[in-house]
Amino acid sequence: MNPSAPALAEDAIVRLPRGVRLREDKARGGWVLLAPERVFQLDPVAREVLARVDGERDIGAIVDDLAAAFAAPRERILGDVRAMLADLILKQVLEVA
Amino acid sequence: MSHLDDPARPAPPLGMLAELTHRCPLQCPYCSNPLELTRKRDELDTATWQRVFAEAAELGVLQVHLSGGEPAARPDLEALVASCVEHGLYTNLITAGVNLPRARLEALAEAGLDHVQLSIQGASAEVNDRIANLPGAFAKKMAFARDVTAVGLPLTLNSVIHRHNLHQLPELVELALDLGARRLEIAHAQYYGWALENRAALMPPREQVMDALALVEAARERLAGKLVIDAVVPDYYARLPKPCMNGWGRQSLNVTPAGRVLPCHAAETIPGLAFWDVREHGLGEIWYDSPAFNAYRGTAWMPDTCQRCERHEIDWGGCRCQALALTGEASQMDPVCERSPYHDEVQTLAIVDSSRDEEFTYRRFTNNIIRV
Repeated sequence: MNPSAPALAEDAIVRLPRGVRLREDKARGGWVLLAPERVFQLDPVAREVLARVDGERDIGAIVDDLAAAFAAPRERILGDVRAMLADLILKQVLEVA
Repeated sequence: MSHLDDPARPAPPLGMLAELTHRCPLQCPYCSNPLELTRKRDELDTATWQRVFAEAAELGVLQVHLSGGEPAARPDLEALVASCVEHGLYTNLITAGVNLPRARLEALAEAGLDHVQLSIQGASAEVNDRIANLPGAFAKKMAFARDVTAVGLPLTLNSVIHRHNLHQLPELVELALDLGARRLEIAHAQYYGWALENRAALMPPREQVMDALALVEAARERLAGKLVIDAVVPDYYARLPKPCMNGWGRQSLNVTPAGRVLPCHAAETIPGLAFWDVREHGLGEIWYDSPAFNAYRGTAWMPDTCQRCERHEIDWGGCRCQALALTGEASQMDPVCERSPYHDEVQTLAIVDSSRDEEFTYRRFTNNIIRV
């Protein structure tokens, strides 16, 4: 992971900044994150995580929800979610609320 | 059968550049508009643009870039933004920022505008206003940039760079940070249209270009997470061609003020291609079936050297308009490529142009250059 990526606490709340939108891409299939002059095509995992980013739930709550929905070990999900969200923050398509 | 099931069918476009007008208060000598500018009386009307946005969304376009000329020269800009938003399109306004008062910007934000890209011609009033050929432009742009962030819209600064402002690169980065921009585009001038006409006045020397590339790279690393820096490379000095538009008719389309649909800004310079008009054809029909979009789509049209090259689906053969401008033939290899027989000639040409000292031919209607 990039060394300048922020460390995200479990009680941190993240949100999409203005100018970034999550939407379905019916023409090509799947979901995308639309940002200034950029389009991020999301894999199904990223889509599941971002669908739970509502600017209200903290990261811990999002991870709990994912662990329940996919019956997977919480610790592993937490690591993956933290890495993914930190990367999106570096790319400036996500911010800490 | 849906488009998704047919492997031979081209993918739908992701982005559309809507050139709403060629009218502009600025006269930048590298403008990407064609030498023959469209007059106001020939511009598409509001209802036609609204239909085009509906068709674009239906076709699969995700992002619309409202550009020009200066899009704010259109009194119906608010209605056009509202139409894009209604169809779920991500809406980006590309503006010079000299004729958009705060109240109008607020109305655009209210209508659902997603993002603003502001052009700046230099990092100081002196440089900016000379290149734009508009006294007072820099001060207006600074005030506009502050309005954009105050209204809460995300801001990108875009600066086309060349011999007369490359030395201001560090100041441009600082300016982007000061103004609260989230993104900075450093675009080396691309030599088509007005820039081709002004190449000998714009081309920077090789060392200056190499220093600039290193500087941008260092700034990008230093400011990761703070400022996104995207660079458009200066390709005359390169060894490999740019993947122009990420491939002809592959991801995006341009609609001109008069309603012709192009695979790129400069495509109309290519002789023998007929560009279909949104007043006569649906956008989907134009994208999939028009001869101009299919002319250089994919790889089958490529010369042998490109066909055999392992990079042919990376750079997509480079740029057709550049091949035409520099070799006289649009289907030639992009002459920037080191495998092109014209490569050395292009390098020499850049070096010669960089050492000349010509005056700008400013972009304006009365400077229309008639070719006979």
